[in-house]
This record gives sequence, C-alpha cells and structure tokens, in this order.
Amino acid sequence: MLNSFFVPIIASISGSGGGTMGSGLKFDLNPVDWLILAIYLVFVIGIGFALKRQSKTAADFLLSGRSIPGWITGLAFISANLGAQELIGMAASGAEYGIMTSHFYWVGAIPAMVFLGIFMMPMYYGSKAKSVPEYLKMRYDERTRVFNSVSFAFMTVFSSGISMHALADLLTTLVGWNYYGWLVVTSVIVLAYVLKGGLSSAIYNEVLQFFMIVFGIAPLAYLALKNVGGWDGLVTKLQASPLGDGSIHSWAQTASGANPMGVPWYGILFGLGFVLSFGYWTTNFAEVQRALAANSMGAARRTPIVGAIPKMLFPAIVILPGMIAYALTMDGPGSGYAIPVKLDAHGVAMLDSAGKAIMNYNQVLPSMILNYFPNGLLGLALTALMASFMSGMAANVTAFNTVWTYDLYSQMSGGKKTDKELLSMGKVATIAGIILAMGCALIAAKYNNIMAILQLVFGFVNAPLFATFLLGMFTKRSNNAGAFWGLLIGTGTAVLFHGLSWVTGNAPGVKGAWISQIFEYPKDLSQSFMVAIVAFSVTFIVNAGLSMTSGRNKTDEELAGLVYSLTPKQLSGHEAWIMRPAVLGTLVMIAVIVLNIIFW
Amino acid sequence: MDLRLPIGIIFTIYGFILIGYGFFTKGSEIYAKSLGINVNITWGIVLLVFGLVMYYFAKRAKKS
Repeated sequence: MLNSFFVPIIASISGSGGGTMGSGLKFDLNPVDWLILAIYLVFVIGIGFALKRQSKTAADFLLSGRSIPGWITGLAFISANLGAQELIGMAASGAEYGIMTSHFYWVGAIPAMVFLGIFMMPMYYGSKAKSVPEYLKMRYDERTRVFNSVSFAFMTVFSSGISMHALADLLTTLVGWNYYGWLVVTSVIVLAYVLKGGLSSAIYNEVLQFFMIVFGIAPLAYLALKNVGGWDGLVTKLQASPLGDGSIHSWAQTASGANPMGVPWYGILFGLGFVLSFGYWTTNFAEVQRALAANSMGAARRTPIVGAIPKMLFPAIVILPGMIAYALTMDGPGSGYAIPVKLDAHGVAMLDSAGKAIMNYNQVLPSMILNYFPNGLLGLALTALMASFMSGMAANVTAFNTVWTYDLYSQMSGGKKTDKELLSMGKVATIAGIILAMGCALIAAKYNNIMAILQLVFGFVNAPLFATFLLGMFTKRSNNAGAFWGLLIGTGTAVLFHGLSWVTGNAPGVKGAWISQIFEYPKDLSQSFMVAIVAFSVTFIVNAGLSMTSGRNKTDEELAGLVYSLTPKQLSGHEAWIMRPAVLGTLVMIAVIVLNIIFW
Repeated sequence: MDLRLPIGIIFTIYGFILIGYGFFTKGSEIYAKSLGINVNITWGIVLLVFGLVMYYFAKRAKKS
C-alpha cells in the first residue's frame, strides 16, 4: 500500500489509463477456475459472519479486544502489506533490477520488523495506545497527534483508491467484463466482511489470504525455473543479457551506483534500509495495528518477528519469476516467452531513445502466469491476485476507521462519546472510507499524474515520522515543540527537495524537478532514497535541536512506559526459549545475513 | 473460532477440485503450457495435504 518506494508507479497496468486493450493478456477462464474463485469469496464472507459476535462494542470492532494469537497476527502483519501492487511490483522489479530487488526484503523489511518487535513493541503495546497517533499524543501532545492522524487518514484513503484502481484495471485486462463492475464488486466484498466482523474479521481473513497468495503464486517459480534450465541456466542467461553480472549479485556491484538499481551500498543501507523501511514498517498504523490486536505482550512482540520468517522467503516466489522473465526475453524468441511491450494509443509498440521497444514490466507477473498455468491452476492464481488486493484494502480500511473514530471524531467531541456512539461511528467510517477510496480510484483513472505525485509523496512521509519515533521512544529529552515542528518542517523539506531533484532523462514534472533542476540522480530509486534521507535528517535535526534548547514537557513519571529507558524490562522467562522475542529475532537476523552472503 | 478449521476445509476442497480436474484432463494439451507436467494433480496433492494437516490440528485442539 503506502510503500510506493517499493513499487514502480502502476497507476495503470494496461498502460492505457484505465481501459482495456487487446494486449493479448487475457486469462481464458473455464468453469473450474470460476468455481475456485467463488469458493474463496464464500469463505472470506463466511469468516466475517462467523466473527460477527466480535463486533458488539467499539473496542471489539475497532481493536479486536486484544484477543488474537500471535501466529495469526504475525501472518496478518505481512499479509496487510502484500497488496496486488506488491506482487506485481516485485516481479516487475525482479525483471528490471535482478537479484538486487531482494534488498527490499533482506535489508529493508526484515531488520525493521525485528527491530519493531524487540525494541518498539514494549512501548506500543505496553502504553495501551489504540493507534500510532494516540501513542504520539501520550508521548508528546495533541497537535502532533492531529497532524499524524489527518495525514494518515488522507494517505490511507488515497492509496486504497490507487490500489483499487490498479486491481479493477488488472481484472478488466485479464478477465474482461467491466472496470466499474470490478471496482464495485471487489469493494462490496471487502466492505461486507469488515463491517460484519470488524478488525478480527480483517485479520483472520488476512491469514487465509496469505495462504491463498503463497499457494496461488508459488508453482510459477517452480515451472519457470525448470523451463529456464534451473538456477545455473538462469545465471548463464542473465550473464549474457544486457543487465549482465549486476543482475545476479545483490552487493558485489554496489561500490558505486553503476548497477541495475543505480544505488551504491550506502544508499541501500541508509536510504532503503534504515530510513525508508524502518519508517514504513515501524510507524505505519495499518501494520502496527495487527500487533496491537495480539492477546499478550509476548504475542505482540512476536507478531512482526513471526511475520519476518515467511517474508524472508518471498523473493523466491515473486522476484525469481521476474528475473526468469527477463532472462527468457533476452534469450530471444526461441525461449517461448517475452515480456509484453508498452503500446501507445494506436496499439503500436513504444520505442525508447535507442529505438528499442519499451518493456511493460508491470505485466511480467500476469503474463508469466498466463504462459505457464493451465486452467485449474489459473483460477487459483487469479484468486491469489484477488486475495492480495483484498488483504491490503481491508488493512487500510480497518486502520482508517480506527484513526478516524478514536483520534479524530472522539477527540473533536471532547472524548465524551459512549461506546455505542463510537461503534456506530466506526461502522459509518468503514463505509465512508470505502466510498471515498472508490472516488479516489476514479480520480486515479482520470488523472494519472496527480496520483503519481501523491504516490511519491506517500513514499517518504514515513521517514520524518520514523525520526520522531526514534527520538520519542529512545530519548527522554525530545519534547513537544521538537516533535511537531520536526515533523512539519521535515515533511515540507521532503516535498521541496523532490521539487528540486530529478532523474537523468526525465522531463521536469511529476517525477521531480517541478521547481528547478538542481540535484541530479541516475535512477528513480536513487532519487527517492535521497529524498527520504533528507526528510529523515531534517526532522531529526529540528527535533533534537528544539528539544535541546527548550526544556522537557513531561516528567519521568509521565513518560513511564512510553520511553525505552523508563519501560520495565520485558520478562519472557516463562516462555519456551524459542518463543522469546529476542531469541527468535536473533535467529531471523542470522538467517537474513546468511541469505545476503549467499547471493552476495 | 479456530482459524485452522476454515483454512483446512478450503484447501482440502481446493485439493480435491484440482486433483479431480487433473485426472479429468489427463493428457490434455492444456499441459503443454506447464512443460508437460500435470500440475493440477501435483499441486492439488500439495493443497490437499496442507488442508488436511490444518484440519487435523484444529480438531485435535478442540478435543483437548
């Protein structure tokens, strides 16, 4: 969802701004495929109805009453992020950048998730905050909370809209029927199960969706790898391709920016790893909310760490098919597969400055599925795409209705609302959120450029927030003025810097330099990493500076449980050793280091 | 609700559907795509095993 830095902008999969087109990318579905899809829809709605007792009070509906086991919240934690855009975007990046795409997982997501579980969850869960903005209110003051709630609510609705648009567009291209029809049908299904069973229903379904996605997509990696001649065959073909050696090494080519991603090692470590990924995974409420619904402190801390285990292996099922797609395409027509090319409005292939056809990387995943999956498996894969969309959508909706109800509505009315009033507002917010998101989807279909700008902005708003959390959770000194002005100035600087920086070859406009062309970067990714680093640093400096020059607003007693040094050490001696967050987290980190070395 | 129960049931159903359809289309040209492998049967077995394991654990938890 919000991690637009993860994913090339896919406001339009079909490449023609919201309409279908005869790109030959059509799934020929038969009744068995439809049956598989139908069974899935019955189950997701059924789970919502089975959990309807869990939505009698506002606390149950919006917060799940902190009652869910850790393995469920753990899988929901990664499923919430696993939108269709992530699947399609990661396969696309695998084709475009090769194995370096794994940095999004093995440098980005995993360390951040482990850090969240071990170091931040004691304060998030222990403070009993209902949301990320509410924690900010407890640690700082009302204005920081309002700033964060309003920007989060706005972003959530818009990014839901963008992904709804992407899905409806994808389904229209693959299956046919009608863009608006898909938009309405998919939203109504999500609405039905969220409204019926609240957050519990969203989370339980996310776990079902997680398995759907894995089982629906996994055979692709197997078949494609077999076709390309195994791992050795893939390496040989990639070495002979224009991407060359850079596509099979994750670190070896990063001494400078001369690699497929255009980013040197310090850009990857600091920009992608530390700032963007830590920012996204540790402060995004749609993620953190899953952990807050866990039934104990131990389960809450394990949530992101348990999620990290399958997340670590995801490159094998999403990035690998992308790399194979590229290898087969470059191997020539004899290989039997080629990445579809971008077509203009007249159906003619678009050419780059060197006269070569431009590949439409966003179609890598659907076209590979079409190339290898017979009917039966095809239905399973289509269901997986649908499931991935729904998990992301429901995560956004449940985060939105909570922030709206508790942080904005209840607060505006002086906190005097009864539980009943909050519950009905929660439900109204669920419906309104989905309707607003549909509106945004229609805007996305009409004005691609506005959406592209917004997606870029959303990509780095977590960076200032992460700086604020880092100072707030780990120093007692950071004060209210520092937090508020740091966030405001940091975010503003990011927008400004984006307007001054540009990527070689891009015209000024949506992709940057809309103020002036001052800072030049080789690739889109190096630009977004740099914007994030600037945003983080400015926020950090302003917050630290103001906090040093003016006094503290809260005493040690008031900050107990909110700041790391004033939070009692978590005792996990009663849990089996393997279940202790620190042990589990260390094992995950060792595994991820080994993976980085293997694919060095 | 024990979530393993619905997950177990749905993947058991999917397993049966894919295996059944795989047998029905044995030797069909639709498997030219999947390199001549009848993936519906193979993958159907994987789903069936996963579904039954989930179902078994859900039932066992209920007894104790």
